[in-house]
Amino acid sequence: MQANQNRAWLGVLPVVLIVAFSGVIPLMTVVNFSVQDVLDVNTRFFVGFDWYREILRDQRLLDALGRQLLFSATVLAIEIPLGIAVARAMPREPKGRGWGAAALLVLLALPLLVPWNVVGTIWQVYARPDIGLLGHGINALGIHYNFSQVSSHAWITLILMDVWHWPSLIALLAFSGLTSIPNQHYQAAELDGASRWQVFRFVEMPRLRSVLIIGVLLRLMDSLMIYTEPFVLTGGGPGTSTTLLSQYLATMAVGQFDVGPAAAFSVLYFLLILLLCWLFYTAVVKRDLEQDFARQGERAAHE
Amino acid sequence: MNWMAWTLPTALFFCAIGLLLFTMTLIELKRPTTMARGWLPMATTRGDRIFISLLAAAGLHVAWLALFTSPPYVASVAAVITAIIVLRWG
Amino acid sequence: MNSLSKPSAVARLTLWAYCLYLILPLYWLLTMALRSNQDILGSFTWWPTSFTLVNFAEVFTNPVWRDGLINSLTYVVLNTGISILVAVPAAYVFSRFRFLGDKQLFFWLLTNRMAPPAVFLLPFFQLYSAVGLFDTPLAVALAHCLFTVPLAVWILEGFMASVPKEIDEMAALDGHSFGVFFFRIFLPLNRAAIGVTLFFCFMFSWVELLLARTLTASAAKPIAVVMTRTISASGVDWGLLAAAGVVTLIPGIVVVWFVRKHLVRGFAMGRV
Repeated sequence: MQANQNRAWLGVLPVVLIVAFSGVIPLMTVVNFSVQDVLDVNTRFFVGFDWYREILRDQRLLDALGRQLLFSATVLAIEIPLGIAVARAMPREPKGRGWGAAALLVLLALPLLVPWNVVGTIWQVYARPDIGLLGHGINALGIHYNFSQVSSHAWITLILMDVWHWPSLIALLAFSGLTSIPNQHYQAAELDGASRWQVFRFVEMPRLRSVLIIGVLLRLMDSLMIYTEPFVLTGGGPGTSTTLLSQYLATMAVGQFDVGPAAAFSVLYFLLILLLCWLFYTAVVKRDLEQDFARQGERAAHE
Repeated sequence: MNWMAWTLPTALFFCAIGLLLFTMTLIELKRPTTMARGWLPMATTRGDRIFISLLAAAGLHVAWLALFTSPPYVASVAAVITAIIVLRWG
Repeated sequence: MNSLSKPSAVARLTLWAYCLYLILPLYWLLTMALRSNQDILGSFTWWPTSFTLVNFAEVFTNPVWRDGLINSLTYVVLNTGISILVAVPAAYVFSRFRFLGDKQLFFWLLTNRMAPPAVFLLPFFQLYSAVGLFDTPLAVALAHCLFTVPLAVWILEGFMASVPKEIDEMAALDGHSFGVFFFRIFLPLNRAAIGVTLFFCFMFSWVELLLARTLTASAAKPIAVVMTRTISASGVDWGLLAAAGVVTLIPGIVVVWFVRKHLVRGFAMGRV
């Protein structure tokens, strides 16, 4: 065991070094910035917790946080059920997995691989009332629609875009979970005279639980850090009606170069993510890993 | 190193964190931790309880800074008390 | 096959409707790319009435666009290579040994994947300027490693943990050295895992823009940043923008096509 330990650390060392270089050093720097008024590298003053006080009372930040939570809650509420529904409708039997199923898989995975700014571009071109298929189409129905001028339209477009972009992740996760269910389970359910809903509730959901929790975690974290797509699509506007957390932070850090407040904001943002991540980790991942580790421990004990 | 904009307080803060990790490793080598169940809703190791204490300390300070304008000494005291409770009975 | 595992009519309808929803914006991008800007702004048509390839010709022949594409691909390949290289041994170790701080380390790695890139915006600029890497593809690749390496370790660990440890022992009994075992036996067993990891590293590095834009100025400018050039004083060149957008879809399609067989199995590991 002792020999294993030493060699084991050698194996993870490269990962630790690389992540420490691009993770820990910047994080320390952010903390350093957050307690100083930085005019330039050589002219800076220690200000203690002042920036934190300022940030926590910043109405625009609180507004952005509110919008962020509303956005994340909305897209999660749509994308998770939609992803599961799509996964359940995909052909599962091997003979259904020919050319068509491969094309379906590629189509589903494609939105995940579009550069985020191009997602914004696609939707801008698609939703503009003058040249876009969607925008022109809605206006042709007699409904006034202009996402660059009306806040509610901007919001709807933003949600539609995210619902185009991300349900595939949930669908692919759920689909892989479904394919791992042996056909016998369905046969048994059929013999018992189970309804479709009962099959979903008692056969499929238990199998999907672990993949779905990971899917929700990833979607939650990624929706909390969304930046590029709304930046390209609406630029945070009209006004600040679609300015979400990351965009507010980026404006502060790069646009106005308010290094101190931006750093304090970053630290708080990071703490929030750390807390959410830890809650999920203790609730789900850890148990999963501990089973792995326990099995290895048993094996090691036998040797 | 100048670009990292070090200050004495933050340097001390990170030294303390580093020292804490180091001490934890030493204690772990001497007396390996066991999963224990206290008043927290899940079984925790010693490291888990330290992590929870640190998160709680951060949360208390942020809450204090958000609500009051005075220096957060009260929050610091509360954080220490929380840490003791979590470490001892958590 | 029985009736309960077959999708219902409603479910199939949902799937078709969703596919249509996915395709329409892509269809529109493609038609825009095939029209000239005057044509786009001149009149609205549901399907293209005139075709032109000038937009694509511009993207492929203008050195600014070409360099942007090459820069992007360079840092994506670098990032994927580095990620796999460092993550494979780490994942092997996590899947095989218990060591001091293993769980803590795993959690710490994971928090990095979840952290918002915007948080690292400020210091990354300073960090990579300080080490002299600013405006090189390597800087972007390393910055993206913060997010792809933890993910790669996570996925690979899931796969490798499912490979029975008896295989390691058998190889040792057969007198294979560790190197031979690892490269000739163990890695080929995990081909699918490496394919899926490639997909996810690519998925992050290719699509990310915020860090890529902050860490480059001119020499290493990625194609996504070049796309902002289509906006000029006279307005946006929509045709050119759309053509560039179509070009950026191609690497994604190629990658999905190659890993499509492993994709579902990879997701099934439940560690993605």
